[in-house]
Amino acid sequence: MSTHTSKPNAATILSEESRLKIDTWIVKYPTDQKQSAVMGALTIVQKANGGWLTTELMDAVADYLDMPPISVYEVATFYSMYELEPVGEHKLCVCTNVSCMLRGSEEIVDHLNKKLGVNLGETTDDNKFTLKEVECLGACGGAPMMQIEDEYHENLTPEKVDNILEKLENQ
Amino acid sequence: MVTIEIDGKSYQAQAGQKLIEVTEANGIDVPRFCYHKKLSIAASCRMCLVEVERAPKPMPACATPIMDGMKVFTRSTKALAAQKAVMEFLLINHPLDCPICDQGGECELQDIAVGYGNDTSNYQEAKRVVISKNLGPLIATEMTRCIHCTRCVRFSKEITGVPEMGDPGRGEHMKIGTYVEKNITSELSGNMIDICPVGALTSKPFRFSARAWEMQQHNTIAPHDSVGSNIAVHTRRNKVLRVVPRENEAINEVWISDRDRFSYEGLTANDRITSPMIKKDGTWKKVHWDTALAYAVDNLKQIDSKSVGALASPTATVEELFLLQKLMRGIGSNNIDHRLRQVDFSDQDQAPLFPYLGQAITDLENCEAALLIGSHLRKEQPILNHRLRKAGAKVAVFNPIDYEFNFPVAAKMVVAPNNWVSNLTGIAKALLGNGLIPTGMQKLLADSEVTEEQQAIAEALQTGEKRTVLLGNLATSHPQFATVRALAATIAKLSGARLGYLPEANNTTGAWLAGAVPHRKAGGEAVVEAGLDAYAMLSQNLKAYVLLGLEPELDSCTGSASCLEAADFVVSLTAYKTEAIENYADVILPISLFTETSGTYVNAEGLWQSFGGVVNPTGSTRPAWKVLRVLGNLFDIAEFDYVSSEQVRDEVQALVGDKKPSNTAGWQVPTCLENMASDGLQRITEMPIYSGDALVRRAEALQDTLDADVAGIHVNPTVAKQFNGSEQVQVNGASLPLVLDERVPDGCALIYAGQIAGTWHGNVEVS
Repeated sequence: MSTHTSKPNAATILSEESRLKIDTWIVKYPTDQKQSAVMGALTIVQKANGGWLTTELMDAVADYLDMPPISVYEVATFYSMYELEPVGEHKLCVCTNVSCMLRGSEEIVDHLNKKLGVNLGETTDDNKFTLKEVECLGACGGAPMMQIEDEYHENLTPEKVDNILEKLENQ
Repeated sequence: MVTIEIDGKSYQAQAGQKLIEVTEANGIDVPRFCYHKKLSIAASCRMCLVEVERAPKPMPACATPIMDGMKVFTRSTKALAAQKAVMEFLLINHPLDCPICDQGGECELQDIAVGYGNDTSNYQEAKRVVISKNLGPLIATEMTRCIHCTRCVRFSKEITGVPEMGDPGRGEHMKIGTYVEKNITSELSGNMIDICPVGALTSKPFRFSARAWEMQQHNTIAPHDSVGSNIAVHTRRNKVLRVVPRENEAINEVWISDRDRFSYEGLTANDRITSPMIKKDGTWKKVHWDTALAYAVDNLKQIDSKSVGALASPTATVEELFLLQKLMRGIGSNNIDHRLRQVDFSDQDQAPLFPYLGQAITDLENCEAALLIGSHLRKEQPILNHRLRKAGAKVAVFNPIDYEFNFPVAAKMVVAPNNWVSNLTGIAKALLGNGLIPTGMQKLLADSEVTEEQQAIAEALQTGEKRTVLLGNLATSHPQFATVRALAATIAKLSGARLGYLPEANNTTGAWLAGAVPHRKAGGEAVVEAGLDAYAMLSQNLKAYVLLGLEPELDSCTGSASCLEAADFVVSLTAYKTEAIENYADVILPISLFTETSGTYVNAEGLWQSFGGVVNPTGSTRPAWKVLRVLGNLFDIAEFDYVSSEQVRDEVQALVGDKKPSNTAGWQVPTCLENMASDGLQRITEMPIYSGDALVRRAEALQDTLDADVAGIHVNPTVAKQFNGSEQVQVNGASLPLVLDERVPDGCALIYAGQIAGTWHGNVEVS
């Protein structure tokens, strides 16, 4: 039995928990500007989905915020913190911008490459780590740096990286 | 007014205008890609940089407002250097594939590159490649050629109102498109082809068929909706290759609907018939025109003229319709009609001179409140819908299906056809006291109750000063049309709104004026004894029929050709030969289509637009007005010796004179306000956007669009339960796939026209 194409129903796709969290973003903006909550909403939905966004989820966010799906795709593809492909359990975002580069980010990247056996943009076979190159995250004072989940790790050295990875492995 | 100086000359301009508007108005050439006068300003291509005195850097002309005393240099060293630099950047990623690009020869990038490009580039690195996505059957994509002007993105957001195109990605990785592969659903999507300044978006049906310089351009009028969009037809060697819009701010602005743009494919359909044929003893054979015409006339003469009926398509020209009615009335019959989809004719004597929009098309975009009754406006009349959308008015809708609109709907009611009368009565009642209406109507309204929903519609309609109530196709074809009309007129009167009709076809209004109705002659003068209306002709067996440009089995709301099959003699003036026509017709007189004949269409606002033939008639086809003229001569009807279509038009125009339709007076007080009874599954029938006439039904690309994907019986999930999950449902003996459709109200089934035999209304037998 076919169905006449109707909009995806956010209520059936997004969990109640996600929707409640998105609501906390919606109330921060004027009632006729719900779509302002799109970035917060995508972050919440991405987290709930193991770190990446499917088209279906983006459509659901569009429905929930009453905006055209294409506008949600535009946001999700513009910002580097949204993932449109599956990622590993931990996403290591290494900054390679000027300050970090001058302070040795290349060495950090090399070390991570060897240690994890993956290149930038790849995920380890055990699906534990994804290595990602990002632009400046505004922590130049602590260069070189990387972001893992919601945490910044600054003044990195290969030893420090080993410690961090070990802790994550043992989690 | 302010005075500015451009390249040493002074110009007067309106304060607040953008620089590029002033250069445009004065014929000064400033190169540009992203600027388009109908779209918002992006200033993203930077091609229109010009030098402005005392400004430290070159300024984009499209985004720079003029100021009094401003001095601008469009061709100074500084301006040219900036423009050339921008050009070099734009060409960095653009492929040098002009020889295999469809846009070659009419490409803005190519043209401007000739003037501003360099023969070498400083860029040595790899070029960007973008994998194109399929946007459906109408638009071909080659996104590597895209220069990111975002015209299509802004068009999609601002004009179609259904944002489908976007610019996902960032910087170098930005890829204009839909992100997910999907067919563009907008009914105005073809305009993206025109506004794309490069060969990224081109016409799929036209692709690789001709170069711009090989074609001739001919002006004509679009033959589908009642807007009468101005179009240009491009031809090569007597063949129509494509259709593009012609600017007319008062009618279609710079846009046309996809239906008007791509229907030309139907001109060369496989079932086009190019020579006259007659059927003798069940076999068809080709004959000369003389033989066919004589055969038609001889046989028609033997039948009592009261038993002859003429049915004409409202897409025919004024001239054709006038001659057909003159022929019928000449032989003594008033049985002529074009209202194939109307059921209720009871108030036709009161009807206005023609179904008038009640206002100019441009007025629609200034209205502040509107009530749509029975209209899927987006698909019925895309350009009128666009005007209404531009108005930003409070729009209330009253429909049998919960259609999706591309503008906010202030209030809506989705009502099964049998309950329309009581609900419209409620809306009228809610407005009672605001204006004067006939006492008879007042009495009828007195006892009715007002529900909250009805109140909401009434309130929405009382916004602002400029208000309108519009009656669409689903209202005109409603079995209680006279009552619906009366209630709509009452609602309009009480709310101080203009009542308007949305005539179904490009020449519905012309058909009324030309006298192609059984109760009025050309010019609107009543006849002594009205003939049969279209519904009566197709439900009472007449002895003979004359058909003009019609396939009644598909075009009529009786959904059947059984009367034609039973008739003694049927003459079909048609451009196509189908199995059905072979079945019921006895003579086929092949006629020319709209590009092959001269004629006139009258649009919804009553504007007469004449056009000439664009190409020669195909094969032995003849323009229908000439065929009808000869038929008239063969019947020896007086004053039938027309030598040109202009002569016919002038005669009709003289008969119409300065008569104007009055929508406020064109209705009658009904005897009662009662709903129709219904105890089964009610059928709701909509004519799909790409099935409305014989030409568009044969436009292949349009038939592949999502809008043409209408097969099935649409019911809501509650109603669907009675079918116990079966995939196919037997409807009136035919098997249709079951489609779950939340838009359909309870107790109803939406079955698009043309799928099953049988009337459009009433209950359907399902199993």
